[in-house]
Amino acid sequence: MSSSIYRKIDWSMIFCYLFLVLFGWLNIYSAVGGKGAPILDFSTQYGMHLVWIVSAILIAAFILFVLSPKIYLPFAWWLYAFVLLLLFAVIFVGVEINGSKSWFAIGPFRLQPAEFSKISTSLAIAALMGKYGFSFHYFRDKVKAFATIGVPILLIIMEKETGSALVYLGFLFAFYREGMSGWVILCGAIAVILFILTLIFSPFISLLILLGIIAIFYAVYSGKFWKNILLWSLIIVALSFIPALLKIKPVAKINHFDAEIWLVILTLPVALFFMIKALFRRMKLLRNAMLGYICGVCMIFSVDFAFNHILQDHQRARIEILLGIREDPMGVGYNVHQSMIAIGSGGFLGKGFLNGTQTRFDFVPEQSTDFIFCTIGEEWGFAGALVVLGVYLFLILRICRSAEKQKDAFVRIYGYCVACCLIMHVLINISMTVGLMPVIGIPLPFISYGGSSLWAFTILLFIYIRLDLERWR
Amino acid sequence: MAFSLEKKNIIVLGIVAAFVIIAIRLFDVQIVNKDYRVTADNNALKYEIRYPARGLILDRNHEVIVSNRIIYDIMVTPVEVREFDTASFCRIFDIDTSFVNGKFREYRQFRSKVGFRTLTFLNHVSNEQYNMFAENLYKFPGFSGIPRTSRTYPFNAGGNLLGYVSEVDATYLKRNPSYKMGDYAGRTGMEEAYEDILKGEKGYKIYLRDAHNRIKDHYMNGDYDKPAIEGKDVVTTIDARLQAYGESLMHNKVGSLVAIEPSSGEILTMVSSPGINVSQLAEINKYYQDIVSDPYKPMYNRSIMSPQPPGSVFKLVNGLIGLQEGVVTPATKYPCSRGYHIGNLTVGCHSHPSPLNFYQSIMMSCNAYYCYLFRSIIDNPKYDNVQESFTKWKEYVMSLGFGTKLGSDIPFEQAGTLPSVERYDRIHGEGRWKSLSIISLSIGQGELGCTPLHLANFAATLANRGYYYTPHLQKDTPEMPIDDKYKEKHFSMIDTAHFSTVVEGMYMAVHGGAGATARVADVPGLEVCGKTGTAQNPHGDDHSVFICFAPKDNPKIAVVAYIENAGFGATWAAPIASLLVEKYLNDTIAPTRVWIEQNMLNANLLSKVHIKGGKQ
Repeated sequence: MSSSIYRKIDWSMIFCYLFLVLFGWLNIYSAVGGKGAPILDFSTQYGMHLVWIVSAILIAAFILFVLSPKIYLPFAWWLYAFVLLLLFAVIFVGVEINGSKSWFAIGPFRLQPAEFSKISTSLAIAALMGKYGFSFHYFRDKVKAFATIGVPILLIIMEKETGSALVYLGFLFAFYREGMSGWVILCGAIAVILFILTLIFSPFISLLILLGIIAIFYAVYSGKFWKNILLWSLIIVALSFIPALLKIKPVAKINHFDAEIWLVILTLPVALFFMIKALFRRMKLLRNAMLGYICGVCMIFSVDFAFNHILQDHQRARIEILLGIREDPMGVGYNVHQSMIAIGSGGFLGKGFLNGTQTRFDFVPEQSTDFIFCTIGEEWGFAGALVVLGVYLFLILRICRSAEKQKDAFVRIYGYCVACCLIMHVLINISMTVGLMPVIGIPLPFISYGGSSLWAFTILLFIYIRLDLERWR
Repeated sequence: MAFSLEKKNIIVLGIVAAFVIIAIRLFDVQIVNKDYRVTADNNALKYEIRYPARGLILDRNHEVIVSNRIIYDIMVTPVEVREFDTASFCRIFDIDTSFVNGKFREYRQFRSKVGFRTLTFLNHVSNEQYNMFAENLYKFPGFSGIPRTSRTYPFNAGGNLLGYVSEVDATYLKRNPSYKMGDYAGRTGMEEAYEDILKGEKGYKIYLRDAHNRIKDHYMNGDYDKPAIEGKDVVTTIDARLQAYGESLMHNKVGSLVAIEPSSGEILTMVSSPGINVSQLAEINKYYQDIVSDPYKPMYNRSIMSPQPPGSVFKLVNGLIGLQEGVVTPATKYPCSRGYHIGNLTVGCHSHPSPLNFYQSIMMSCNAYYCYLFRSIIDNPKYDNVQESFTKWKEYVMSLGFGTKLGSDIPFEQAGTLPSVERYDRIHGEGRWKSLSIISLSIGQGELGCTPLHLANFAATLANRGYYYTPHLQKDTPEMPIDDKYKEKHFSMIDTAHFSTVVEGMYMAVHGGAGATARVADVPGLEVCGKTGTAQNPHGDDHSVFICFAPKDNPKIAVVAYIENAGFGATWAAPIASLLVEKYLNDTIAPTRVWIEQNMLNANLLSKVHIKGGKQ
């Protein structure tokens, strides 16, 4: 290995990394320690985190300078399989922390395989999709790709780490880049919106909006926009009178169904009829629209069931609080409430390093791990929070940009996977602390306290930085 | 896809959009929305309230009548309490262990409400008890003591007048939202009337605390602390010594004794008997039950709250109106044959020379004279009918301050009652009543209710020969000027000349020869002018009434004594009122009058009083 390629090393990524790690440590020190606390006290979190940082930097150096970048592709599947084994084993031999069984305890150290599984999954995806001839047009390849992320998701859900499992949905963006239809993501987004609307308002409203969304797509792709939009609008307006009709006294007397049931009774047979007709006549657009509607109806009617029977109590509560259906600032909503108070009290320039009253005085639980962004928001203010956001954005875009330049598909896809992991973690974590998302307990990359998470993200990033160097060879 | 954007750019756009959404949210939470910042302060800052010393109350000679002393409240933070030596705790405060256990059972029961809060455990602990407690503080984790001020009263005078201070309750808080639980406020009397001046301003010390309510630091080295501002002192118009003397005169009697300085409307003395002993005021809670259940109602300030018929002193009012209306002159004579007889109606009178003129009618308090006089007013041909003349009569009466709230600065002042045309229409049928139907008004009986303050104010009006200042308790000082309404002369509808005529009659009532009704009020050297009254009432013996002022020229004091169920005005009210005048003007009681003083001080007339809901 010649030293010349190291001149091409992407220092901006390494600077971002070092900035985030060191800034993270300062905030952990402030959150857990406070003014005058001895820095080298290894019984504390901030003392231990110093150990994690030093070891992470050593690992980074090892990856950059020692380990051959050629081992990743051949060993990708082996590593993937090994980590899956760990994920599976931990369900049985792991220690239980906060209700989830996702940690190995080895002496005084604890290790969360779910963190490392992001690396192995990323490598496996890159290996799979980077192979010559892989295409999302082939059903078999689609299944393989989804299975690659599906298996770890399943195992992690079994560990009751639903939050971490959610991160794996981020890989869909990498899939999208590599040729997966955007409809998958769009449909997913629409499903989430309908889910929320159903919970906040009613299934009836959701159904009307579903019809509206399908109407717009149908009109756009049909080529006869105005004619179709008019037709669909008339149907939707007519249907929206159902609740009013049901309130008329003589109707109300004999009626036993809710408005949404009537809506479905009226529309579903029609949709089925048109779908079958479209199947025979090979009218793809009509078929897809009707299929979308039928799936949407099924989804909306399963919301209640899913919400009340599949989700766990605390998850349900967190969603209810986020949507404002329930208020409980001293109970389940306590974290978010306190977190927003802490961040809000920071103002523009913050209270200054070590001067935060909220995070320092234990108002926010998990403040050194999942809620570390509170400390940043409180002590460094809007300005500090923006800087952190900016560094993340820069790092992520930098990775995307450099991934696009890769000649090797394996490296490109791996780069996108790294970016996706970072995006999911950063967005979910920060959104949670500012009350934009329900509480999902995942760490903020490079900043949150915790050895597993810091090591995992370090390895994830530095493998890419090392692989990136290969294009200069 | 129909869009021309490349996928990699869509991804970048999506990422940037997501970050922008978060940045906007942060902007909202951190900069736009102030709610979170406010809550943050409540969260982390502990405000320890500093209570100000309440202002003092001084008398007109700047003698302190209400001052402060330090007492302590024992506070407890239930979550910090560990096992402690209950026995020695109870010994220090002289309480029962069951009290302590009961309190803690309560805290456990309402622990969600109590939370991390600090609550009052014991009120009003004495200095000695607090010192013992403070020495052993380490034995009682979670307990602390905070100093409060409590009232003390150097003079045993003015219990009702001064009023008491007590911790605010829920209903008070509802009406006065600026107060907080645990604050004290004046609840009656002057403490209530001058609450805004006396209370001062609370301060606070700010400490930082963590989520477990543990104090961590003194916030910003105390830069933001606010010291308590002491309440301002109030100077009253009361003469503390005179008040004390008046109370001793009224001891064991039911009624009121009110003295006003006519030239200013300042209330010199206001006794309501029986009253609250000042020793009970400081710890009103302890005595509250006793006071409330006392059949003589010591809380009730009779001077301003008890309208009663004025009796014969009201003849002066009718005399003044008669003179003003021109239906009598000072020379007008009427006969009296032991009363006024017409048809089968008789208004009785005592025996005295007859016929008598206007001056003599006052001097001897002739009932018949005022029946004639009153009928001349009401049946005056000047007016079309009895309603019209009665309405005019009422206007005169009201111009002297009767039947309305005078507007003093004493809370709960009553307006008293005057009859109305409508009332008589209801009683007798519309238009079916005449002067004879309401003849009892002529001698101050019937549908009349005047508080002692009304009568004292009337005495002051007589002393001023025709006007009064609204009676008040706050002394006008440069630091704290009184409302201008107390400096305004209120003229009656009657000319000054007629007042001089009436005053002459009052002078004769005290100094005249045979038949003068109030000779007992003659204080050597002082030209006391007075008028007795003996008010009949349905509850028992007559009320003994006397109004007077002295000296005749340039009067310094106007007094009313109203002693319930005591009998003749001359027997009790006149001596008591005159003694008060003498004390005020001469500072000592003349040797020839000491026997009167002794009789008055020692008399016990309580048993004559009819008690509502009646024991006895």
